[in-house]
Amino acid sequence: MPLRNIGIVYRKELTDSLRDRRTLISTLLVPLLLFPLLSVGFGALAFTLLKTAEEETPKVMLLGGADSPGVLDALRAGKKIEMVPATPDWKDKIINKEIRAAIAIPDGFETSLAQQNPLTVEIYKYEGELKSSISAAAVEKNLKHYRDKVVEARLQADHVPSSVLTPFLIKQNNVAPPEKVGGAAFGGIIGYMVILLCLTGGMYPAMDLTAGEKERGTMETILSSPIARFDLVMGKFFLVLTASLVTAALSVLSMGISFWGIQQLKAFDVTKNPDAAAMQLQVKLPAVFSVFLMALPLAVLFSAGLITISLFAKSYKEAQSYISPLMILVILPAVAAMLPGVELTAKLALIPILNVSLLCKELVTGTYHWNFIALIFLSTCVYAAAALFLAVKMFQREDVLFRS
Amino acid sequence: MIETRGLVKLFKDKKRGEIRAVDGVSFTCAPGQIYGLLGANGAGKTTTLRMLATILEPSDGTAIVCGHDVVKAPQMVRANVGFLSTATALYPRLTSQEMVEYFGRLNGIPEAELKKRLDEIFTRLDMNSFRDRRCDKLSTGMKQKTSIARTLIHDPQVMIFDEPTLGLDIMTARTILEFIRECRQRGKTVIFSTHVMSEVEKLCDVIGIIQAGKFLAEGSLASLREKYQEQDLEEIFVKVVAPHYKPEEAA
Repeated sequence: MPLRNIGIVYRKELTDSLRDRRTLISTLLVPLLLFPLLSVGFGALAFTLLKTAEEETPKVMLLGGADSPGVLDALRAGKKIEMVPATPDWKDKIINKEIRAAIAIPDGFETSLAQQNPLTVEIYKYEGELKSSISAAAVEKNLKHYRDKVVEARLQADHVPSSVLTPFLIKQNNVAPPEKVGGAAFGGIIGYMVILLCLTGGMYPAMDLTAGEKERGTMETILSSPIARFDLVMGKFFLVLTASLVTAALSVLSMGISFWGIQQLKAFDVTKNPDAAAMQLQVKLPAVFSVFLMALPLAVLFSAGLITISLFAKSYKEAQSYISPLMILVILPAVAAMLPGVELTAKLALIPILNVSLLCKELVTGTYHWNFIALIFLSTCVYAAAALFLAVKMFQREDVLFRS
Repeated sequence: MIETRGLVKLFKDKKRGEIRAVDGVSFTCAPGQIYGLLGANGAGKTTTLRMLATILEPSDGTAIVCGHDVVKAPQMVRANVGFLSTATALYPRLTSQEMVEYFGRLNGIPEAELKKRLDEIFTRLDMNSFRDRRCDKLSTGMKQKTSIARTLIHDPQVMIFDEPTLGLDIMTARTILEFIRECRQRGKTVIFSTHVMSEVEKLCDVIGIIQAGKFLAEGSLASLREKYQEQDLEEIFVKVVAPHYKPEEAA
């Protein structure tokens, strides 16, 4: 009665795992906390930091410009900037973040301007440093505003209307519904997170049920019972699969709650902040369900793979060192799917992990390419079956079970 | 009843090549008797007993345990065998009762019957005070009792003990030895491996000496004393094993 025996092993492993703190943390706690922390927590933090940086009155050093009061007035008139007098070590001051930027106005700037002889105003900044870049942009904005005024004055002097500069207008309009906009921006991340958590959810139980069993000396105990090795490995496999799926389900659930949380944040209110339109991700239930469905055969693949690899290890520690590289192996294709321009093709649909990750990206936007879905589901099922077959075979090998 | 027929077990080792851990071992253990398998470290005792318990598969030869072939019907063999060694640990996160119950279920015992047997064994071994305590919180003695209960739950006809007292204190070791004696009284076939001579002298009806995977001598203590003209079992053992002993093989 293999089903009865598989059930007995499964129930025992479930009881055992529910008493294991490491498994509980990786299966239940991580997926529940990861998304809220990453999206709401980290998002709000990034937003606050950006806001603080933008609200700061930057110190900008003025190099030259004594003979050009007009441009200095223009610099002071726009976005708030604190002008500081020139010192010879201005470059070091920018690098040491004592000042945010420096602006060099050539001698005789306004005279040249009046003679319509263009000169270059140079802005110095610390490339890659956020606050310096924001300050340089503010200085440039003030200068551009001044330049526009100069142009306008010249046109007026020649009795030419300023509309000559804008003979026609250009406007970009979005036609995609909100779920597609949000999906295009976040679809990749959702697939990636579900895939990754499918793996991490099964990781600790897989190690505990195989290498852990060897380390604790219970492998010989269980092998001396009349249960067939096939039943034993299947019972263990179903437990690892359960952990993997529970983690994936919890991650999808927590993802939904997180995005709902994001939308409640005033920071991402579209009416007040148009840039936040992409954050308006509307996760539709069928999309969530399809992502989960696609994660199913992948979870089988991961569970069987994890069991096979960790069974080979003699101890928990050794299993961890085998599984760490596997994480990279899973993360790489999952990340590759997030790269811009990587789209589903028939060939890519056969590459495990990458295919599901790419498909999840589309599913979240509400796009259903049924032939790809079928191809990916079937190919992942084939890989999963092969991995499961391998896990069962490994459990029959004495040199693996009693590796010393 | 155990009957081994030319049991062979080969292992492959990267450095040493092919190792014949057990090399054509044949012996018979009868019900109601304790058979002592005596050998130095690395002699092949554990491998032989693991083959009898069908944890390992013989490379050649076979053994018949309770009428079942270890190669052809390993599950049937395991259903009739209780296997206890220092390597057969308990699940630390299960309670003593859950541990024994699990093995009862794996042996296909119906729930009502299992409950009856559990109560009986836990009372007989005086284990009721810690039946709901997790195995990682048990003392060594309590752990040994739980292991004994685990091997007894399916009432096997054959008991295999692989160095069961290794690393145990005297009191705990005595519990095990008493249990082995009790198994004989109940008419079970008992095979017992050790390298503690005093245990063999006290317990065993038949002694088999094994070294480098080969079966070198067999007989009752009295017949071995007569054959090797020595009273002390240790001296007999040295006489038998010394010509075949290579220190580098002891592992």
